[in-house]
Amino acid sequence: MEHIDLYNLLKERFGEETVLEHVVTGDPAKGLRDPFILIRCEALPDICEFLKTDERTRFDLLHCISAVDRPEYFESVYHLFSMLLRHWAILKVRTAKTDPHVPSVARIWPAADWHEREAYDLMGIVYDGHPNLKRILLPDEWEGHPLRKDYTFPEHEHLREIGL
Amino acid sequence: MITPAQPKPLQGEPLVVHMGPQHPSTHGVLRVELHTDGEVVERAIPNIGYLHRCKEKIGESIGYDAYVPYTDRMDYLAAMNNNWTWAMCVEKLAEIEVPERAEYIRVFVGELNRIASHLVAVGTYGLDLGAFTPFLHAFREREMTLDILEELSGGRLCFGYVRIGGVAEDMTARAMDMTRRFLKQFRAKLDSFNELLSFNHIFIKRTANIGALSGEQAIAYGITGPMLRASGVDWDLRRDEPYSIYNRFEFDIPVGQGLKGQVGDNWDRYWIRIREMYESTRILEQVIDGFPEGSHMGKVPAVLRPPKDAEVYVRTECPRGELAFYMISDGSKVPFRLKARGPSFCNLSVFEELTRDMLIADVVATLGTFDVVMGEVDR
Repeated sequence: MEHIDLYNLLKERFGEETVLEHVVTGDPAKGLRDPFILIRCEALPDICEFLKTDERTRFDLLHCISAVDRPEYFESVYHLFSMLLRHWAILKVRTAKTDPHVPSVARIWPAADWHEREAYDLMGIVYDGHPNLKRILLPDEWEGHPLRKDYTFPEHEHLREIGL
Repeated sequence: MITPAQPKPLQGEPLVVHMGPQHPSTHGVLRVELHTDGEVVERAIPNIGYLHRCKEKIGESIGYDAYVPYTDRMDYLAAMNNNWTWAMCVEKLAEIEVPERAEYIRVFVGELNRIASHLVAVGTYGLDLGAFTPFLHAFREREMTLDILEELSGGRLCFGYVRIGGVAEDMTARAMDMTRRFLKQFRAKLDSFNELLSFNHIFIKRTANIGALSGEQAIAYGITGPMLRASGVDWDLRRDEPYSIYNRFEFDIPVGQGLKGQVGDNWDRYWIRIREMYESTRILEQVIDGFPEGSHMGKVPAVLRPPKDAEVYVRTECPRGELAFYMISDGSKVPFRLKARGPSFCNLSVFEELTRDMLIADVVATLGTFDVVMGEVDR
């Protein structure tokens, strides 16, 4: 299924106030790139459940979850792929800069478990309903979330010694 | 009469054993927390992050071309494939054309590196199970592939060879000769390796019917590459979503059949890698027969400035599974956001589920078939 058709299907099923817009990224003058569907944060589990089970979509493989720090909001990006029907879905949700929360999809795809923990660890997005949300790459006592644009690197003795 | 008090039943609680981070069979700095009840492991929880360098953050501060050596150090056993994925991602983002000759060289080095990587996987797997000799045989063959890659790139582990727009150096006649010599004897060597290890009775007893992963479970956990195929899922990006020039070559995709036990057991996961090496030699033969003339480097602007707000997601079939880069550009010289989806990271996430109620010795035997590279898990 083409990505725009998928958007129309979702809009028909969940309504315009939930499935917000279909965006093709890039510059119309300099070339277009991958599209994405922007959806409302609260509706994410329902939409994912639908995308996984519906016969027209059948997204059985969660390929990746990425968190993005934008100036006004955080984004959580879901790259879904269907091994059966061989098509892609790229979903995006936005959440507030202060106290960011996104519903977890680990119940739908177990693959989301580690991806969400990584996004929580490095970007600080809290995935509500995650079975075991704790840091995965950094030590538990680490302060801050390094992938945020405003992150300041901790001073280390050995770095000061070599003049960094 | 005095009745002696009965002894209280023993209060059993699991004994926690730490396997790693410095352990020969964790293949790098991985720590696995084993909750054991006698010989049985109730839970094996992988703890990762010892090799974390926050490469995604580094990517946001250096240019697109300067990031190539960093991709080398993600999956350092298959550096060529990582370079290649990165180059493909930037090429898609900035719409750069790659000459045909460069594509041939990329397939050539990619498949050679796949063989080198799989040889480490199967060799060290024998070592995990106490078979030392096959390890030496595997590394002897790997030496020959590394010699060819060294002839082209100058490196033996981290190459930085596949660049944006093409490859760093042109193919040489000497490398072609070396490859022909290598291909002439490699399949026979693999056959003898099979006699030595793959069909060894003890080896089969240790690996067959252990750690079987079903196809549905594999897909649910986002597992890709040889591990997915071993579970009976017929899926390979090189054939099913052909990138570069893979659609020009004839090769088969081996799928786990449960030859010695169940589909998707440890033996199947091991065997898939051996069979993929045979298929890679077939691709290599077709590549060196069909090398076109031309340039090894396309036209690349001195400073890359991709379109503003462009996003791309590119994945390729690396020896461990599907490596993907998600990149967002803001029109400047550096990416706005870069995310690497390492196949080993996703593959390792099923480990806890798969090793539940397994014997300690089998946990080691199962981890070996995952063939994780911690550089890629931790990034």
